[in-house]
Amino acid sequence: MVASAALCLAPSARAQENYFVTYSHHMEEPGNLEIENQSVIGDPRGGNAFLANATELEYGAKGWWTTELYLDSQWTQHESSIFTGFKWENRFRPLAAEHWINPVLYVEFEDTSADKTMLEVVGHDGIGDLADRNDRSQREREIETKLILSSNHAGWNFSENLVAEKNLAAEPWEFGYAFGLSRPLSTRASASACTFCRENVDLGAEIYGGLGDASRLGLQDTSHYIAPVMSLRAPAGATFKVSPGFGLNDHSQGFILRVGVSYEITQIVSKLRGQ
Amino acid sequence: MMAPRTHTKLRIIVASLLCLCSLGVASVSDWRQHVPESDRARANPYALDADAVSIGKKLFQQSCAQCHGDDANGRTHKPSLRSEDVRTATDGELFWLLTNGSVRHGMPSWSRLPESQRWQIIAFLRSFNRAAAASHQGTTKSATIGK
Repeated sequence: MVASAALCLAPSARAQENYFVTYSHHMEEPGNLEIENQSVIGDPRGGNAFLANATELEYGAKGWWTTELYLDSQWTQHESSIFTGFKWENRFRPLAAEHWINPVLYVEFEDTSADKTMLEVVGHDGIGDLADRNDRSQREREIETKLILSSNHAGWNFSENLVAEKNLAAEPWEFGYAFGLSRPLSTRASASACTFCRENVDLGAEIYGGLGDASRLGLQDTSHYIAPVMSLRAPAGATFKVSPGFGLNDHSQGFILRVGVSYEITQIVSKLRGQ
Repeated sequence: MMAPRTHTKLRIIVASLLCLCSLGVASVSDWRQHVPESDRARANPYALDADAVSIGKKLFQQSCAQCHGDDANGRTHKPSLRSEDVRTATDGELFWLLTNGSVRHGMPSWSRLPESQRWQIIAFLRSFNRAAAASHQGTTKSATIGK
């Protein structure tokens, strides 16, 4: 109870991710825990409307290592609400100093079924997958890897992700990409604390999609999305994000809406130890 | 009794361990050695900006105080920013540290903060030097009056 009270009173920092799908090279600060909830709403042709939800617990284990647990769930209209599974993600930053382009290596294990969170679009993922009925019998155990490249220049962040995902049930490697750019509305900070000032608002966009699989590499039967992203950092440590996404071809869902809210607890282990 | 050969081996092991430890300590405290000369010489464009200290203070509270404390005196396992090391570092060296971090030793990179904001944090850190100098001057003055 004391620990919970201490956590409630804990001063908070800002979330470091400006995108929903794309990753930048910014890692979680060591010792900080970020709790985030991301939802995606869609209404696929030939299927039922859905709201897929990912609750993330992101911890800065080291300056060069961020680890994250996702708990995914989903509500589908006229069907059911289900827990779809979990994902365990790790990001490693191999180079100590900042460079023109900063690489980060990403490895994730996931055990999910009927997952529609669309936090990665790979292979021949498309609107048909979103229209599938909630079926928990089709478990997918997958390893996902990413090469994250990211740069900061003049207040802008440019991030490029190359994705390779393997279903462990003897299916071929699937590939995908995500690119993002973002910038705060103002790079100059004001002296007073403020909520809706320009320095606290980031605007950006991301584009992501599939690149086929090892047996059929290319853009045929793949889906692609473009999505503007806006985030607002509130002074108390909460960050709000919203992103309408638009499908770029017939194989993509026409429109999806993502919303996210995160809260960062600083130096959680020290606080639990009462330091 | 220990054979001379065993003694020699023991000495070599102890010496190696000491060397490794000193390397570790050196890499923590001697971050300034890694700063390129061009970065070391950079001047803070906000050094004379009257608002930079108050803006820097706000940014410090948002991003740095979680580890280094609200008063920058440090916390458990996190260094004080009022130390000799920080006080004698050039603005350029501090900017380099903020930008690159010391990722292997727990200090994250703050390159996600715009450059202007990193310089404003440094302006705030520099205000400790001025406060310390003013307090030192006051002490010297009162000591002289006392005489």
